[in-house]
Amino acid sequence: MTRDIAVVAFAQSDTLRSTEEVSEVEMLMPVLHDVLARTGLKTADIGFTCSGSSDYLAGRAFSFTLALDGVGAWPPISESHVEMDGAWALYEAWVKLRTGDADTALVYAYGKSSPGSVRDVLTRQLDPYYVAPLWPDSVALAALQAQALIDAGETDEPALAAIGARSRATDNPRAQPRGPVPRGDYVVRPLRTGDCPPIGDGAVAVVLAAGERARDLCGRPAWIRGLDHRIEAHSLGVRDLTDSPSTRLAAERAGAFERPVDTAELHAPFSAQEVVLRRALKLGGDVRVNPSGGALAANPMMAAGLARIGEAAARIHRGESDRALAHATSGPCLQQNLVAVLEGDPR
Amino acid sequence: MSAVLKAPVTVEFPFTRSLGPVQSAFLTGLRERVVLGVRTGDGRTLVPPVEYDPVTAEEIRDVVEVAPTGTVTTWAWNHAPRRGQPLAGPFAWVLVRLDGADTALLHALDAPGPDAVHTGMRVRVRWAEERTGAITDIACFEPYDGEAGQLTGGTGEFENPVGGIVAPARLDYTYSPGRAQTAYINALADRRTVGERCPSCRKVYVPPRGACPTCGVATEERVEVGPGGTVTTFCIVNIKAKNLDIEVPYVYAHIALDGADLALHGRIGGIPYDQVRMGLRVEPVWTEGGRYPDHYRPTGEPDGDYDMYKELL
Ligand SMILES: [Zn+2]
Repeated sequence: MTRDIAVVAFAQSDTLRSTEEVSEVEMLMPVLHDVLARTGLKTADIGFTCSGSSDYLAGRAFSFTLALDGVGAWPPISESHVEMDGAWALYEAWVKLRTGDADTALVYAYGKSSPGSVRDVLTRQLDPYYVAPLWPDSVALAALQAQALIDAGETDEPALAAIGARSRATDNPRAQPRGPVPRGDYVVRPLRTGDCPPIGDGAVAVVLAAGERARDLCGRPAWIRGLDHRIEAHSLGVRDLTDSPSTRLAAERAGAFERPVDTAELHAPFSAQEVVLRRALKLGGDVRVNPSGGALAANPMMAAGLARIGEAAARIHRGESDRALAHATSGPCLQQNLVAVLEGDPR
Repeated sequence: MSAVLKAPVTVEFPFTRSLGPVQSAFLTGLRERVVLGVRTGDGRTLVPPVEYDPVTAEEIRDVVEVAPTGTVTTWAWNHAPRRGQPLAGPFAWVLVRLDGADTALLHALDAPGPDAVHTGMRVRVRWAEERTGAITDIACFEPYDGEAGQLTGGTGEFENPVGGIVAPARLDYTYSPGRAQTAYINALADRRTVGERCPSCRKVYVPPRGACPTCGVATEERVEVGPGGTVTTFCIVNIKAKNLDIEVPYVYAHIALDGADLALHGRIGGIPYDQVRMGLRVEPVWTEGGRYPDHYRPTGEPDGDYDMYKELL
């Protein structure tokens, strides 16, 4: 069964360094209400709900079940959860809608990094035999990738600084640091503060709808023309860190190369990763890359990838884009990558 | 608004992981100061070795020795090491392609400073003094000027191969309970049990979690409930918990406090465990300085009627 599926609404919270005065569900709930209000739907109208989060961030087992209180999940609703970025929850919801099992889906993601130390938390996703016992933190691994790019002549420190500066010059009111941010000192050389994402808590939600339902709910739906995700070998030393074949393959399968896009929302938490992604996705100089500021402007863990899809869709809703690419990543050094191609109806 | 409550929490586990044949050979080799790789079908040598070809998914078992010397393929200077990392002082993270290998291994390089490190530099393994069959048997790499290191002629067959590793994991957090639970905890310290009412369905949740799970809206109106309540269901605990100074058997129960639409749980005391029953009327017992009820005890009132609490089971 082939059905057209669209992103019909997007909402997000501010991304804040600390949200200690609210619980996860208290942080998430206003975003859920916001996204539903944009469509006029109530939680009871939603056919399928899927979420992305990680218990490791806040160190609370099964915290996603408490977050479900915010969608009114009792009596039980049709729902699912991925311990991944919400972009992969959107993938699951998209498949569900394609099968015809539901006509609408609510997809949300949230992350509270403030209770823990996210650089250390992320070491726990690494190969437990050969890598995790060394506790290499997320910045260290990204720095190895950045140095490989510098050695290959693909970028240099000033070019990386320019990516950080451009990202944070966004007018996105949801960005965490805004305006000029100094390059700062080395965190792990060659990456400086300005090359690294801000650490923040936040939540994101989108609503998907199929066919005519999408047109009922949104003036200009962002149709998902293609969606695919691919992963690379587990061992960092097997990979060419200067390239992202998994992104390229996902983009190809999603149809990204069939026609040019005008906008790309890339999930590149570290400046050097934008260099890799631009090349893998063959983005020309005329493509608007990360008008939202991307993950260098706001990086709520587990939600920043879904935010890329939401931001791209919102530009189509507002008539600022006709064909946009959205990308999400997971794991160290762009380990796993998802690409969505979104289009608005012709104007 | 009252101050945010905070408490440190350490989540700590020793993960016991078993090894497959190739991982076992590699880690046992490290214990014996031998570095082993694995050969793929197309003749490449992977170090560290894996059990399935990352390209073809073919099972690979052909273990071969490589030298303890190699070349840095990329690096990153870590001026501020974090807990658990291989060296306490500043060092470089490196990917090292050992002589004889086609892929690179992640580890630390002990070097005096970033100016002493570059891609393409030659390094060798510095072995840990005590080795157990773990990646940390390589203490780190160190700069090295000479030729490729000698092979030992090891075959990958060792006495007492390691069959598993114990990988301790520890993460430190600072918990804060959020708006609704902060109010609940603060009220408990005053010996009051305060729930929150859903503005939509009017149910009172105790303890409040901030949202009504039926309506998906915030609960805000605070409602004091209890102190008396009714046991809705219970279990008899026969296994003594570590670090818990309570004699077994004891009863742990769901208790619907008067005025609450959700049962909370607590221990029942002041009555033999085999006389606790559904419908038993109880009240909280506070200890001197305690911030929450130590347990609940019978009030002596007649038992509650099943119809009164059947929705709260
Ligand atoms: Zn309610």
